[in-house]
Amino acid sequence: MIHYNKFTLANGLRVIVHEDHTTPMAVVNVMYDVGARDEDANKTGFAHLFEHLMFGGSVNIPEYDEPLQMAGGENNAFTTSDLTNYYIQLPAENIETAFWLESDRMLSLAFSEKSLDVQRKVVSEEFKEHYINKPYGDVWHKMRDLAYSTHPYKWMTIGKELSHIEEARLEDVKAFFFKYYRPSNAILVVGGHVTLEQVKVLAEKWFGDIPAGEKIPRKLPVEPPQTAAHKLEVKASVPLDALYKCYHMPGRVEKEYYAVDLISDILGGGASSRLHQVLVKEKKLFSNIDCYHFGTLDAGLLTIEGKLVKGVKMKDAEKAVQLEIDKVQQEIIPERELQKVKNRVESMLAFEDMELLNRANNLAFYELMGDAELMNKEFSNYEAITTADLHREAQQLFDEKNSNTIYYYADK
Amino acid sequence: MINRKIAPEIKDAVDFDITLKPCEKFTLDNGIPVYVVKSDEQDTLQLELVFPGGSWFETENLVASATNFLMKNGTSKHSALEINESIDYHGAYLNRTSHHENATYTLHCLTKHLTQLLPVLQEVIQDPTFSEEELGTFQQNMKQRLAVNLQKCDFVANRHIDKYLFGEFHPYGRVSTMDSYDALQSQTLLAFYKQHYTYNNCKIFVAGNLPANMVTLLNQYFGTTKWNGETNIIREQLPILPAEEKKFRIFNDENGVQGAVRVARHFPNRYHPDFSKMLVLNTIFGGYFGSRLMSNIREEKGYTYGISSQIYNFRQSGAINIHTEAGRDVCEATIKEIYKELHTLQQELVPEEELHLVRNFMIGSVLGDLDGAFQIIQRWKNLILNDLDENYFYNNIRTIKTITAEELQQLAQQYFTPEDFYELVVI
Repeated sequence: MIHYNKFTLANGLRVIVHEDHTTPMAVVNVMYDVGARDEDANKTGFAHLFEHLMFGGSVNIPEYDEPLQMAGGENNAFTTSDLTNYYIQLPAENIETAFWLESDRMLSLAFSEKSLDVQRKVVSEEFKEHYINKPYGDVWHKMRDLAYSTHPYKWMTIGKELSHIEEARLEDVKAFFFKYYRPSNAILVVGGHVTLEQVKVLAEKWFGDIPAGEKIPRKLPVEPPQTAAHKLEVKASVPLDALYKCYHMPGRVEKEYYAVDLISDILGGGASSRLHQVLVKEKKLFSNIDCYHFGTLDAGLLTIEGKLVKGVKMKDAEKAVQLEIDKVQQEIIPERELQKVKNRVESMLAFEDMELLNRANNLAFYELMGDAELMNKEFSNYEAITTADLHREAQQLFDEKNSNTIYYYADK
Repeated sequence: MINRKIAPEIKDAVDFDITLKPCEKFTLDNGIPVYVVKSDEQDTLQLELVFPGGSWFETENLVASATNFLMKNGTSKHSALEINESIDYHGAYLNRTSHHENATYTLHCLTKHLTQLLPVLQEVIQDPTFSEEELGTFQQNMKQRLAVNLQKCDFVANRHIDKYLFGEFHPYGRVSTMDSYDALQSQTLLAFYKQHYTYNNCKIFVAGNLPANMVTLLNQYFGTTKWNGETNIIREQLPILPAEEKKFRIFNDENGVQGAVRVARHFPNRYHPDFSKMLVLNTIFGGYFGSRLMSNIREEKGYTYGISSQIYNFRQSGAINIHTEAGRDVCEATIKEIYKELHTLQQELVPEEELHLVRNFMIGSVLGDLDGAFQIIQRWKNLILNDLDENYFYNNIRTIKTITAEELQQLAQQYFTPEDFYELVVI
């Protein structure tokens, strides 16, 4: 059980306090309810570029990092398709520094042309480092485009193409900020060696006078059910053939999500998982094969990805994968195997909760999903799953019409 | 109205009283030392067995890492699948790593499952078989992974820079190759295992929420017999043969849009008095987000997504290595800026304000790193495995708090001379 208290400021900022007096540290986590899915199709990569600009100075504080480092703190941020999250860890005595910094950049940024100019370049290098200058680095661009016809998950968080980032203008930056970076669109979590009373005072003092902004109703285009299998062949300068298969799956907030998450663990979680055992160890068709998903809030993709052993034909590799999928779809999963993946979830949650930073981040995430209390109900959602649930979800999930396949061939 | 232009008061680093929570020690009946940091706040524990089984001790390339990896893949009683099943069924993680000096098996689990997992761990540690079949799969898959990695400029650059610094025959500079994977043999691994994974070479580190009968349990599985017998591991110094040339440019991918830049030199190991001082100088130079390298090359010029400088803390001899991936057409400009920053630290005193900030930042990091039993045992492990004690830790803290700008400049003048550095770009 994670204990916490929650209150809301008059401007709509939700504040969650998680006291933990076993540590000398404090964590301040600010999550904004905006991600790459909220972008314009012609200005992709913007939410993430914007995250970089949040470190370029705010209206009253020219440098974000320096005062924080002076206070013994560290910070970072990340952007996903769904959200943008900023976090600070620092000695609890210096917690007010974090309030000062975070509230000022929620109030307003400095909007410097120079910062935009440099961060466009930095993000371009990030784009190259992770998605261009790396074998198989482009596969997720291709897969998202193949699997989604309508929903903005069609593009990657880093952006559809470099040019979108290169063309970002300061007026776009300003508009984005005042639309999304408002108290009513944010969640503040404070954890560690702090008290509720202390946080109430500090939150009111630093965040209380920031204008609320308007809550933006999210009207994203809904991805229609896929009616025919999609396939794509790619040839690239890589050493090994690879196979990627994606199936549309329920979003993080759906109750069906839990069964599908367990199915992905049965197929790909740990060295005893089915795909690894049968396809890598027994049949020796793949040198590695994984099954995973990103836990996106809207309907996401369950992915199976593997690299073929040199000399194995794509056709044979795919057939063997299909056989394992058919088994999950047609046969009832043994009780013991279901218990195994439940035990793995229990353990994973326990290890995740060890770190204060993870607890703070998760509280914000569950609050974003609707209610921080969901965090404490999470394991019972998994515990309730039966083999019949797995069977039912697998039927729908692994329908051939729901599949997207990329055959990634080595051009060498 | 609050004045947002004024920063809140802060408590300074020098005023933080940092203590390393003590580590208990007990000895199993057969003499294995067990080091313990307890904490009852969570339901989890970590159990680590460490052996002198790193690449330092191998006589053929990759034998140490292959032995370490394959111990888990089958014993005389259970197959790899059966072992993995029991670990996964209990939601546990059994990780293995081998580096230059040590080879390690680490179990993470919920405390309630420990009694079911100890017999599995015992088998993996005391009874692995290294079957031909498992070795064959390992060789094939590792070669495939190597083929993919060899396409990455950063991977290739890391291999080369270590080779230049230490020579390709030294364990610090030796790299994996297709041929050395092919040459691995089951009986070589078994022999290496028998020699290095013995009861008298084992050290155990435990942290977290431990069952009341932990001592009894560990004795039952690891403390009653002289498993694998007694061996004497001799650690000899090995000759370092650095490259004579200092500047290298390699084309690995003609279509590459970035280059991996490495600028590196030798540096004494952690027993040298300059080592802890260099940790501070290196932080200023390239060891944190606000470092000189990051401020100039990322935040001012936008040449890269990230650049940093690290200190190798290897046992025999260390190094300073500056590394980044930069745009293909700005790699040379990046190197120029790296030298410029080295030069500035030689010529000018670090301003008091910046030094103050770095002290506070470093102390804050230590404070954060000491949070929780798993982190604390990690500190102790590093001390114990390097034959050090807590005085070393406290000396480092003292250096962070008291080192002067003059000392830092002297250090830069001694170690930041451009001619001493190797430089490499891999595109």
